[in-house]
Amino acid sequence: MLGRLTWAAIPFNEALPILSGAVVGIVILAVLGTVTVKGWWPYLWREWLTSVDHKRIGIMYVVLGLVMLLRGFSDAIMMRTQQAIAIGPSQGYLPPDHFDQIFSAHGTIMIFFVAMPLVIGLMNFAVPLQLGVRDVAFPVLNSISLWLAATGALLINMSLVIGNFARTGWWAYPPLSELAFSPDVGVDYYLWSLQISGVGTLLTGINFVTTILKLRAPGMTYFRMPVFCWTALASNLLIVAAFPVLTAAFVMLLLDRHLGMHFFTNDAGGNQMMYVNLFWAWGHPEVYILILPAFGIYSEVVATFSGKALFSYRSMVWATLGICILSFMVWLHHFFTMGAGADVNAFFGIMSSIIAVPTGVKIFNWLFTMFRGRIVYKTPMLFSVGFMVTFVIGGLTGVLLAVPPVDFVVHNSAFLVAHFHNVIIGGVVFGVLAGINYWFPKAFGFTLDERWGKASFWCWLIGFYLAFMPLYQLGLMGMTRRLQHIPTPSWQPLLWVAEAGAIVILCGILCQVAQIYVSIRSRERRLDLTGDPWNGRTLEWSTSSPPPAYNFAVLPRVETVDAFWHMKRTGRPPAEPTYESIEMPRNSPAGFVTAFFAVVMGFSLIWQIWWLAILGFLAAITVVLVAAWSTEREHEISAAELAQLERAR
Amino acid sequence: MDPQGPIASAERLLLVNSTGIMLVVVIPVIIATLAFAWWYRSSNSRANRDSDEGYEQRIEFVVWSIPALTVILLGGVIWIGSHELDPRAPLPKSSDPLRVDVVALDWKWLFIYPDKGVAAVNQLVIPTGTPVAFRITSATVMNSFFVPQLGSQIYAMGGMTTHLNLLADKPGEYPGLSANFSGDGFSEMRFIVKSVSSDDFNAWLEQVRGAGSALGEPGYAELAKPSIAVPPTTYHSVDPKLFERIVEQTVAGPRKMGGSSQPQPLTRRAGD
Amino acid sequence: MTIAAIDSPQTAVPTELARGRGGGGPAPKRVVVAYGFWIFILSDMVMFSALFAAYAVLSGNTAGGPTGAELFNLRSVFIETMCLLLSSYTCGIAVLSAERRDPTRLFIFAALTFVLGAAFLFIEVTEFAGMVDKGAGPSRSAFLSSFFTLVGTHGVHVASGLVALVYLVAQVAAKGLQAAVLRRLLCWSLFWHALDIVWVGVFTLVYLMGA
Repeated sequence: MLGRLTWAAIPFNEALPILSGAVVGIVILAVLGTVTVKGWWPYLWREWLTSVDHKRIGIMYVVLGLVMLLRGFSDAIMMRTQQAIAIGPSQGYLPPDHFDQIFSAHGTIMIFFVAMPLVIGLMNFAVPLQLGVRDVAFPVLNSISLWLAATGALLINMSLVIGNFARTGWWAYPPLSELAFSPDVGVDYYLWSLQISGVGTLLTGINFVTTILKLRAPGMTYFRMPVFCWTALASNLLIVAAFPVLTAAFVMLLLDRHLGMHFFTNDAGGNQMMYVNLFWAWGHPEVYILILPAFGIYSEVVATFSGKALFSYRSMVWATLGICILSFMVWLHHFFTMGAGADVNAFFGIMSSIIAVPTGVKIFNWLFTMFRGRIVYKTPMLFSVGFMVTFVIGGLTGVLLAVPPVDFVVHNSAFLVAHFHNVIIGGVVFGVLAGINYWFPKAFGFTLDERWGKASFWCWLIGFYLAFMPLYQLGLMGMTRRLQHIPTPSWQPLLWVAEAGAIVILCGILCQVAQIYVSIRSRERRLDLTGDPWNGRTLEWSTSSPPPAYNFAVLPRVETVDAFWHMKRTGRPPAEPTYESIEMPRNSPAGFVTAFFAVVMGFSLIWQIWWLAILGFLAAITVVLVAAWSTEREHEISAAELAQLERAR
Repeated sequence: MDPQGPIASAERLLLVNSTGIMLVVVIPVIIATLAFAWWYRSSNSRANRDSDEGYEQRIEFVVWSIPALTVILLGGVIWIGSHELDPRAPLPKSSDPLRVDVVALDWKWLFIYPDKGVAAVNQLVIPTGTPVAFRITSATVMNSFFVPQLGSQIYAMGGMTTHLNLLADKPGEYPGLSANFSGDGFSEMRFIVKSVSSDDFNAWLEQVRGAGSALGEPGYAELAKPSIAVPPTTYHSVDPKLFERIVEQTVAGPRKMGGSSQPQPLTRRAGD
Repeated sequence: MTIAAIDSPQTAVPTELARGRGGGGPAPKRVVVAYGFWIFILSDMVMFSALFAAYAVLSGNTAGGPTGAELFNLRSVFIETMCLLLSSYTCGIAVLSAERRDPTRLFIFAALTFVLGAAFLFIEVTEFAGMVDKGAGPSRSAFLSSFFTLVGTHGVHVASGLVALVYLVAQVAAKGLQAAVLRRLLCWSLFWHALDIVWVGVFTLVYLMGA
């Protein structure tokens, strides 16, 4: 009746998961209780849970990413602490069984449920505004994407208390992830939560490629699009081309596990390296799915806060597209140590280092944008400068790892761990934090506190260097990754420095929480009435903060790149525009309800409760079919209403 | 890094050279970033400023050519380095290489000396100055065979054989490890490489042949069971077809944990 | 922006603004929907390429089990293929009838398409069942795992295409041939033709080259 699910699945005898599960449970209950007592459910349901407004969806994605950041970061602190104390005779406080789950969950969560929602959330919020249109191409699909991502996040958190998570690392290489070596539900939690959220990501990719290529304000040719839109386009093209590969690889692994097939098993002709190839054929583009939008954010921020047009817009665009294409030709550099021939290794090594060319061009372009500019140091700009300095170091070590013989000695070492944290924290996370500080006033109508924002920047920057520079050194000294117990006592001082760095980063996160809290408390004083707090250049700053649901009462006419800057310089459009009726999408519960059934289905698949899985699947499909039945998905706002709304603002 | 063999030394040199080539660009970029960021701050009244476009085609040419030239240089380094340090390529040495077959097990390493007819677990004794030609496989999940001070690591994969050639210049003891996560006993999956003179090596062989047990099918089945932190042991003789049979998976298999959802209790041997 | 709004002529743009790619403002809804669906089909093709690649890697790994030559019956596969190709033709006529606002012809050819698709699935399932009976199920060898997965994934696509066809015909029956319904029918026919193309790949790479 309940498949593999029994009371034994809940680890009553282990204090850590039960305690943390209880804390999370209490927090959730408190939030739900408050919402119920205050009677906020109708508002939440109407304005958020069923919203198909790209701005609201974007904000919800960012909230999801920030909440999961707390979860992923607590894993990080636990790992650092274990490695700092489990040296020589000490086994630390985490047995291998538990430690292995933690580093697997840390990687999986940080990539799929922190970085991805944050990046997709910012794209959701900013891209349609920058394009000067009223929504994405498929608003209901957008809502479904969001809630499927939330489904995956929920499932992965369930593994904390019910059953356990994978003990395979975040790539789940077979045969370790096969039934023979991982018979418990951990890998199933991994696979199903990523399959379900992966569907959402793929739908996002389709939605945004279509939006950017087909829905732009009149006059906005390709070479008048803001750079962030270009990078979002490249990123979503990569999603469309790469995620199906991951889906296929996971399907094969699931079939191995559930139906006894032999894609990746040791026996019966399976080939484990095929999984590794497929995984990284997705995995390397994934890196650029994350970093390209961050590059876009830096481009907007550096130009805005230097008070100058971005140096060589065209170079920036071609560099972006170059990276987009090259990212599919380098996946083998993740496993030079597989034993391929010298020619193959050399080819992939050279291709990998070629990516450094367009990336280097981007760095130079930001540099020359700052040159002879008038740089205003708000928090987003600090993150951008911090990024430029930090990222070139990560790029250097990245190219080192692309030299096959060098990789032979630092592959899978702490050096590698330091490298990808260098580019992900120094690149993606700094970019996302810059983006949040940059667009927050647009989203909510008031600015974020600068003092707490700058404090968080310095904590992140210093914390990053403290945490990961020692790991570079340890990697060169021969420390491999994922060690639950450290063999060499002389490494301990460096590991304590890394621990200290993690704590400084924790301070950075706390500063951000404080920043948001303080800013909300003092929002009356920090209202942004102009809609353009930073003297912006692109169209999102031409509408009010927060923008109305329809973004623009009249679609802007675009004549140049940096359209809003141009409008400001040449004088605004006529004072009283002529309004025409517009149609806006109606709210739809389809996303939320589908996701509810996706949770039921995912959970039952993990625990092999087949009847419930089938019910959940059929229910989810039915919801989609019911939602797709209607042809009346828009409501009209007449010209008179629109004029009235505009005058009221 | 403390290289003790030609491969590791060459790899360290390559690391240093590549870093040097890139630092030529990276250091000026970092300095320029900080300098521009400081000088062009809005409160600096002495800075010259452009109001908007500061674009020049000449600069753009420089912007593309600097990274391109660096990468062309590095591309050459990569091509030559990959071929010279191909793990499969035999080392140019007068003496015949010592052949060693390596099997990754849960969670220990088995070293078979096919020409000497002996085997050892978690210790690898090799004569100093003689090239060692490894064939590597795994009887369990993927691992990576790595002796940091001797150089290149290579994956150990079930059903497949990989090749690696290494050499130790000096006598000494070098730690070896698995560099690819392989499950609960991964951190303790370490071994010792002893580089000794050829006389000592022959003496060691004699000693091994005179003690311990034989490694046939039953002994291997016992050895293949999961265990952690196994102390070094030796076998005085070994089934000559054992390595091939492990690759073909026609010998009693590795761990199978069955359908239980709880991890099996692991036996911790040795002194921890 | 919902795309219906863009369909209306009010957002038409003066030609001097419409220079360059996409400079004319947001595209009309029928373009946007078809474009999005194309991208979806492309992503589906990427997934099939991964499955094809897996098959190519594993097709020789029979682990002592039966090979393709011993298992495939080209005659029934040929009939199967003909059913699917013919269904693409009837699907084309069905959509043309819909565009000409001829629901009766649409229903007739949609029904034919359904029957042909169902016949395809029936033959495929029979083939699978026969192989499993002979002890050549998907867990026999890596070759058979990849065979069943590649061909089976295509089969699942065909099955969901049939469900979608019934659903869309029901929409036509209930709502008539509105613009929105017509758009969905067009997208569906794209999907159906794409399945044909995938099948041509399967037929050639798996059956012809394997037998």
